Amino acid sequence: MRNVRADFPILNQTVHGRPLVYLDNAATSQKPQAVIDAQAAYYRTINANVHRGIHALSEAATHAYEEARRKVAAFIHAPQTEEVIFTRNTTEGINLVANAWGRKFLKAGDAVLLTVMEHHSNLVPWQILRDQIGIEVRYLPVHDDGTLDLSDLERRLDGVKLVSFVHASNVLGTINPVRQIADAAHAAGAVVLVDGAQALLHLPVDVQALGCDFYAFSGHKMCGPTGIGVLWGRLALLEAMNPFLGGGDMIVKVELERVTYAEPPAKFEAGTPPIAEAITLGAAVDYLNCVGMAEIAAYEHDLTAYALGKLREVEGLRLLGNAPERGAVFAFTLGNIHAHDLSTLLDERGIAIRAGHHCAQPLGKRFGVPASARASLAFYNQPAEVDALIDGLHHALEVFHVS
Amino acid sequence: MSHDLYREVILAHAQSPYNHGTLPDATCHSHQDNPTCGDEIDLYAEVRDGRIVEVRFESQGCAISTASASMMTEAIKGRTVEDAARLLASFRAFITAGDLLDPTLEELEALEGVRRLPARVKCAMLAWRALEEVIACGRGRA
Repeated sequence: MRNVRADFPILNQTVHGRPLVYLDNAATSQKPQAVIDAQAAYYRTINANVHRGIHALSEAATHAYEEARRKVAAFIHAPQTEEVIFTRNTTEGINLVANAWGRKFLKAGDAVLLTVMEHHSNLVPWQILRDQIGIEVRYLPVHDDGTLDLSDLERRLDGVKLVSFVHASNVLGTINPVRQIADAAHAAGAVVLVDGAQALLHLPVDVQALGCDFYAFSGHKMCGPTGIGVLWGRLALLEAMNPFLGGGDMIVKVELERVTYAEPPAKFEAGTPPIAEAITLGAAVDYLNCVGMAEIAAYEHDLTAYALGKLREVEGLRLLGNAPERGAVFAFTLGNIHAHDLSTLLDERGIAIRAGHHCAQPLGKRFGVPASARASLAFYNQPAEVDALIDGLHHALEVFHVS
Repeated sequence: MSHDLYREVILAHAQSPYNHGTLPDATCHSHQDNPTCGDEIDLYAEVRDGRIVEVRFESQGCAISTASASMMTEAIKGRTVEDAARLLASFRAFITAGDLLDPTLEELEALEGVRRLPARVKCAMLAWRALEEVIACGRGRA
């Protein structure tokens, strides 16, 4: 992989007098200059509303917006560009499926299968449906090593209409065997939704090879801006589903007695969409393609191995999860030092990590830790930053008189 | 810088907190969560004739929240509910607005460093939010 460090202006700063070490990439990724420039260029040159104005700027904005959709579709190997729906974020994508698909095709007594390692965004929408229409919510357990327990998958799939799970865990770093689960789910007649929020920045994603039916992710976790996400879905499913939000742009014709809905993707994009954000996400895709997802994955593979080796040498450090297939996300506890205290002590050395439950409280409960520290790396992180983290952990042990 | 925040007094309270445990004779109880991090506290108080005769807490939290709870319970034990309300107002003003602290709470000045860390103010306030409910309960019983 080429040296990408200089592409990210934000990384070139000091925090509390020390060089910034940004290890909170699972929360949000940093943005390269090309992406920052793309958003400014949109506002400087072609800002207009899309899909309606009969004038040059509107046509340029519409073209750029639809071009971004095409770029995203190609990036995830979607069979058709119309299958890419722009949302606000992963959470909205999952809620879209829960509401537009779930409320049409699920009825009381039907089951939805999730896993214990889900982010709250893939737990709460289904619990809302359970409470409102009486579906059953089941969970695949998680092994001590942070992998999913698939031993009883067929039995657990009995009566299941939809399976929804993370591609890559935001806590354990585990990369789940999407294809294996999707195949089993399809054999049982279930539809498969994958939460890809933690995957796009780190691995090549091919929705056809993964074999899922829906795939949701966020722009800001893949070098893009906040406020934009993507839901990919198979066209036949998108066509059969209910609409989600109602309003302008998602209709063909509105009369006082009836509405004719537009075809996907417009059917699911009511109102003025996040135009600048979608176009900027397109620039993020261009950037990631330029660096190369295969190169990024290979670099992070080595960085993960390096970080794991260093972390395991720290006395009293307990890693959550130890899956063989994993990304550079490390949740851990250190002695009896609370994650918040650890995060404050590291912050004083310019090191940004996450502390808390990482929006996956049931998973924390599963591992018996209400709060943990989490360092999450990206392709612009360097081994020296792992070293800085390790030094910071030793410092915390000293402050707390653990060593 | 860390020693500014993690002073010995805070570490000592965090590692061996006072008034830790449950209280079978509690007349008032409050459970508080810090939703941003999953920290929680249970505060138990035995209130008799408008006075907090005994107080205990159980918590799942960081050094800041545990030390704050330990020092808070030491400060209010044996005091009237109205005294506790006055101390709560003083601590809140100290931590959020930088006001001078009531002399009774002298030890809590060790939490001064939290004021520059907005994300940690919630940790320091967790036990005090529980106290707020206990005060309301104690007033109801007066």
